[in-house]
Amino acid sequence: MAYRIVSSQCTSCSACEAECPNEAISEKGGTFIIDPAKCTECIGHFDTPQCVAVCPVDETCVVDKNYPRYQAP
Amino acid sequence: MDAVMQQVAEHKGCGTSGGSGKASCGSGAGENDLPPEIWDKVKNHPCYSEEAHHHYARMHVAVAPACNIQCNYCNRKYDCANESRPGVVSEKLSPEQAAKKVLAVASTIPQMTVLGIAGPGDPLANPAKTFKTFELISKTAPDIKLCLSTNGLALPDHVDTIAKYNVDHVTITINMVDPEVGAKIYPWIFWKHKRVEGIEAARILTERQMQGLEMLTERGILCKVNSVMIPGVNDKHLVEVNKAVKSRGAFLHNIMPLISAPEHGTVFGLTGQRGPSAQELKALQDSCEGEMNMMRHCRQCRADAVGLLGEDRSEEFTTDKIMAMEVNYDLESRKAYQAAVELERVAKVEAKKEELETLAGVASDIKILTAVATKGSGLINEHFGHAKEFQIYELSTSGAKFVGHRRVDLYCQGGFGDEDSLETVIRAINDCHAVFVAKIGGCPKGDLAKAGIEAVDEYAHEFIEKSAIAWFKAYLEKVKSGEIVHEERGDAVIRQGALIATAAAAE
Ligand code: SF4
Ligand code: SF4
Ligand code: SF4
Repeated sequence: MAYRIVSSQCTSCSACEAECPNEAISEKGGTFIIDPAKCTECIGHFDTPQCVAVCPVDETCVVDKNYPRYQAP
Repeated sequence: MDAVMQQVAEHKGCGTSGGSGKASCGSGAGENDLPPEIWDKVKNHPCYSEEAHHHYARMHVAVAPACNIQCNYCNRKYDCANESRPGVVSEKLSPEQAAKKVLAVASTIPQMTVLGIAGPGDPLANPAKTFKTFELISKTAPDIKLCLSTNGLALPDHVDTIAKYNVDHVTITINMVDPEVGAKIYPWIFWKHKRVEGIEAARILTERQMQGLEMLTERGILCKVNSVMIPGVNDKHLVEVNKAVKSRGAFLHNIMPLISAPEHGTVFGLTGQRGPSAQELKALQDSCEGEMNMMRHCRQCRADAVGLLGEDRSEEFTTDKIMAMEVNYDLESRKAYQAAVELERVAKVEAKKEELETLAGVASDIKILTAVATKGSGLINEHFGHAKEFQIYELSTSGAKFVGHRRVDLYCQGGFGDEDSLETVIRAINDCHAVFVAKIGGCPKGDLAKAGIEAVDEYAHEFIEKSAIAWFKAYLEKVKSGEIVHEERGDAVIRQGALIATAAAAE
């Protein structure tokens, strides 16, 4: 799994961008998106997904079930 | 400790007890009330000196959207085009755009002396953008003073950088020193890569704020503390906060009313937490005044506000307009303009002093509030019907003391929208005996009189304090001769919102 951002909820505050250890988060057309290929769910870096922890709007950074769970190398 | 801060710490002689005929210090402090080094730092800063706010302008650039804490009075999700609360902005800027905007504004508004970064998030949660902006501006417009406003969580980590960029003034928002109180204001903070909640979050926040404040004052950087007054949550506790920040060398304390309307979608807005009334706010400010300088002229500006306090010219400087502007930054003409402003200021101070002398020997316990319609420069120069706010002065035998301002403009879903505008004005200045205006129609004059407020237009285009003192003298004489009976007035309502009136719309 990777995380994704619910764009209708995102305030474009950019708080998550700076916290992501994998630079998976970037701005696109005014809202922020997560590149699922880069997202490791923060496994190996932190106990909790950083985007979830810092985002001021609950339920905005959520699990994207379209992707298999990340396996730490 | 730095010599300058030492003097701040030693400078406690102000307060309401003076009785020397000199206005009490605080944000109203003038040249003679402060050590020269401090006066030099604040005299052209509209937020640090009440005197300066009539003459000088500031601007904010919105380069810092991210935040590291959540406050129950803030909702960054909601951004209505007509709405303005502190923290709301219409456009976020890159540091390069911000630098261009500063040059464009400084060239158009020569009395612009201060640049602040105040969000919409926390400038120190966006350190790269914040300090890049300062760097660019200190190169291109070296005469502009830099200012920063923070929640304090990240402050201790950045104090050295703040000193390195010669940031003159820092504002820290401190709403509590007791974590139990803090837990009611802050649902969580983002700290060391985790979301921390409850009392633990508030404990970390208050420790970091106090540490940051101490580190700044040790380096001689002037600090203002902002507190939001939340009735039933921290209103009594703010006296405690006042003592804590004063003992750590804060220069000025700014207690602001909570802004919380349900439409703002904040936690406090939704739970029906009310803001204070005008009387409650003034009583708290008065009770802290003996302890340290109090700021009473804060406008709770938008994070992209431009211009004099009390006006907002941000609409003239949208990114499109700035990028199209030919900017010619002329330091010499700015200096010349500011020199002219200084002459005006000296004249005002002189006029006040002369009038004050005529009050000497008059004995009375009467204290009354009056409202003034002004466009700035310390003059009664606004038409009653055009005023977007009134400045409030407390008159007593020791002179005219600025105690606040009252907003009367309308804003998006403001709650008073369908009310007659005159009624709105009366509610906002209902604690005043008189309102000084440059001009007023017969109709509103009559309605004001019915509400017990005298509209005074014979001092049009004269200095505020001089006129107010002259009027007050006549008032006391009438009371003495029995021509009028002095009566106390009631309470007034604080409008829920930050200023949205643009200079263009004011006409
Ligand atoms: S879960 Fe972690 S790695 Fe994935 S986007 Fe969020 S912060 Fe980045
Ligand atoms: S932290 Fe949340 S609201 Fe802010 S940019 Fe990221 S997803 Fe959007
Ligand atoms: S919010 Fe208050 S302190 Fe900040 S710029 Fe406006 S008036 Fe000054």
